[in-house]
Amino acid sequence: MANGGRTMSDLKLRKATRAAYGETLVELLNEGVDIYAVDADLAGATTSAKLKAADATRHVNVGIAEQNMIGVAAGISLMGATVFTGSFAVFGTGRVYDQIRNTVCYANLNVKIAPTHAGISVGADGGSHQMVEDIALMRVLPNMRVLVPADYASTKAALRIAALTPGPFYVRMGRAEAEPIYPSIEGFALETTHVLRAGDDVSIIACGMEVHQALLAAERLAEQGLSAEVIDAFSIKPLDERTILDSVRKTGFAVTAEEHSVIGGLGEAVAALLAEHPGILRKPLRRIGVQDRFGTSGAFDELFAAYGLDATAIVSRVLQ
Amino acid sequence: MTADGLDLDERDAPSVIGEKCATDSDAATTAAAAASSPALDAAATAAASSPALDAATLRQRAAWIRRDILDMITRAKSGHPGGSLSAADIMATLYFGGILRHNPENPALPERDRFILSKGHAAPVLYATLAEAGYFPREELATLRKLGSRLQGHPDMHKLPGVEVSTGSLGQGLSIAAGLAYALRNRGESAQVFVLLGDGELQEGQIWEAILFAAHQGLGNLVAIIDNNGLQIDGSTDEISSLGAIEAKFRAFGWASHTTDGHDVAALHTALTQAKHYTDAPFALIAHTVKGKGVSFMENQCGWHGKAPSAEQCAAALVEVEQFCGPQEEQKEQPQQESKERLWQTGGAR
Repeated sequence: MANGGRTMSDLKLRKATRAAYGETLVELLNEGVDIYAVDADLAGATTSAKLKAADATRHVNVGIAEQNMIGVAAGISLMGATVFTGSFAVFGTGRVYDQIRNTVCYANLNVKIAPTHAGISVGADGGSHQMVEDIALMRVLPNMRVLVPADYASTKAALRIAALTPGPFYVRMGRAEAEPIYPSIEGFALETTHVLRAGDDVSIIACGMEVHQALLAAERLAEQGLSAEVIDAFSIKPLDERTILDSVRKTGFAVTAEEHSVIGGLGEAVAALLAEHPGILRKPLRRIGVQDRFGTSGAFDELFAAYGLDATAIVSRVLQ
Repeated sequence: MTADGLDLDERDAPSVIGEKCATDSDAATTAAAAASSPALDAAATAAASSPALDAATLRQRAAWIRRDILDMITRAKSGHPGGSLSAADIMATLYFGGILRHNPENPALPERDRFILSKGHAAPVLYATLAEAGYFPREELATLRKLGSRLQGHPDMHKLPGVEVSTGSLGQGLSIAAGLAYALRNRGESAQVFVLLGDGELQEGQIWEAILFAAHQGLGNLVAIIDNNGLQIDGSTDEISSLGAIEAKFRAFGWASHTTDGHDVAALHTALTQAKHYTDAPFALIAHTVKGKGVSFMENQCGWHGKAPSAEQCAAALVEVEQFCGPQEEQKEQPQQESKERLWQTGGAR
C-alpha cells in the first residue's frame, strides 16, 4: 500500500482522523480510482473539500440535504464509480438510516458512508451532535462493513480499504486530534486487528479513540503488576474473531472499550463472540462505553473522564 | 393529431411546455447534436420510421400490460393493482413508443437511457412492461412475490434484468436518478434518465431535496414523470396532505414542467418526446391518471391500492381490459421478435 506521499514524521503528529479523509480521496483520485465524494454543506469540516480543489466535478455538495446526499451517491455509483458520503456521523448515519438501508445496502451499491465527528469527542457541541449509536446502526445492516480507525494513519488505511473493496462500507472518523498509534499505513486489512501490546492477564479490546486510552491503561496496569494485552479492533465488521479468541483464551479476561454506546457496538460484538465459545472467559466480560445515555457539552478530556472512557476508568474497571 | 396516428414528423410543438422550452425543431436539433454515436442516430431514425409508433398499437400494449398486472397480482394473492394500472399507459409509451432507448437483448448497454421506478410498489407494471419488451419470459410473471422468484414484491436490480436500481422505500428514486444523471453528464454520455414517481410520494421531504439539487445542477438529462392519480393508501392526497399545484411547484423550483393526460398515449408521446428533447433543465411531466384505470370497480378507489383481486374479481376485470388487447393471434406473437424490429437497435455493438 502506498504511503500517500506522506513522510513518516507526519504520522507521528497528533492529528484528527478526519484530516485523513480529504487527503486520501485526493490520493486515490491521483492513483486513477474513479472516485467521487458527496457532502452536505460540511465539506470544510469533513475535509472532503480537498477533493473539490483537486477536481471540482468529482465533489458534489448537495447542501443541507443528507437524504439526497445518499441517493445522489447511489446514483453516481450506478455508473461504476466509488462514491464516498460525508456530513457528521449523527446526520450521515442516523438521519439517513433508511436511505443507507434501502438504497445502499439492499442494492449492495459501491457507496462508502464516511462521516466525521463521531462520538462524544466532538466536545462542546453537545449531545445533539455526539453520535454514539452509529456503529450499532451500521453494523446491523447486511452487506455493510464497519471500520473504526484509531488514528490518522489507520484512518488513511481504512479509507483505502473501503475505496478499493467493492460494496458498502462505514468508516468512522472523529473531530478531535488523535494520538498517533501507527508509524505507517501499511499492514491493515479487512477482518484484521492488531495486537498493539502483548499481555497475559487481561485482553483490552478497543477501537477508535479508546485505543490510545487502552494503551495508557495498560502502562498503568503494568505498574501494578498486571499484564494487559491491547487489541485495536479496527475492523468491527467483519470482526477478527480469531485474534480476539486467541487473546482471550490466553488471558481468560476481556474488557472492551469504545467511544460508543455499550449497546450494539464493539462490546456487544465481542460479547456475542465469546458467548458462542463458552469456557474461555474466567471472569465476566466488562464493556466500557457510553452507558445508554446521550452526550453533553464539555471539553474532550473532561467528557472522557465524566463518561468513564479515559485510561483511569479502564484501569478501575479492570481492577474491579 | 388524430387518435390513431402518431407521426413524429408531424408532431407539433406544444407551447404549453414551459417558458424556457425550445420549439420542437430547436429541441430536435439540440438532441441531434447531443447524440454523438452512430448507434443513436440510427436509433432515432429507426424509432421515427417504426410502424409500431401508432396510438392504436400503444393502447394495445397498455392493455396487455394491464392484463398481466391483474393476472400476476391475482396469482400472487397480494400486490398493488391501483398504482400499477394507473401507470400502464405511461410505461407503454416509454418502452414501446420509442421514447426510452433500450435493448432487451443487452440490458447493460452503456448508451441506454435509464428508467427508475421510484414508486417501487408499482413493480407489476414494470415487470409486465419488461416481459412484454422481452427482458425475460412472460410466463415468469406468474412467480411474482413467491419464494425464489426474480420478481420480488418491490424491484430488485440484482435479480431481474432491466431493473436499473432496487426501489421500494418511497422518496428515494429521484435522488438516485439525479446522481445518475450527474454522473452520465460528467462522463459526456448522452443517455437520459427517466424516473416515475407517485404523486403521494411527493409528500416525502427527500423528493424536494432532490428537486432543488437537480435544478441547481441543471440536469437537462433528467425527466421525472409524476403518476398523478390523486390517491394514496389512506385517502385522497387532498384529504391527507395536499400537493397543490404540482406543475407550478416544479417550475418554481427551476424545472421545466408540463401537465398531460396520463392515459392518452398520443398526448403522452408528445409530452415525453418534448421532455426528452428539452435539455436546458430537468423536466417534470405531471401525468393526470386514474388509480385502477381500466377496471371500473377499481377506478378511483384507494381500497385497491394494495389489495389483490379474488379470482372472480380478476375474471370480471379481465373482461374489461381484454377488449383492448386485440385479436388473439396478434397477442400470441413473440414479443421478443417484435421488440427486435421495433426497439432501439445498436448496430454492431452487440
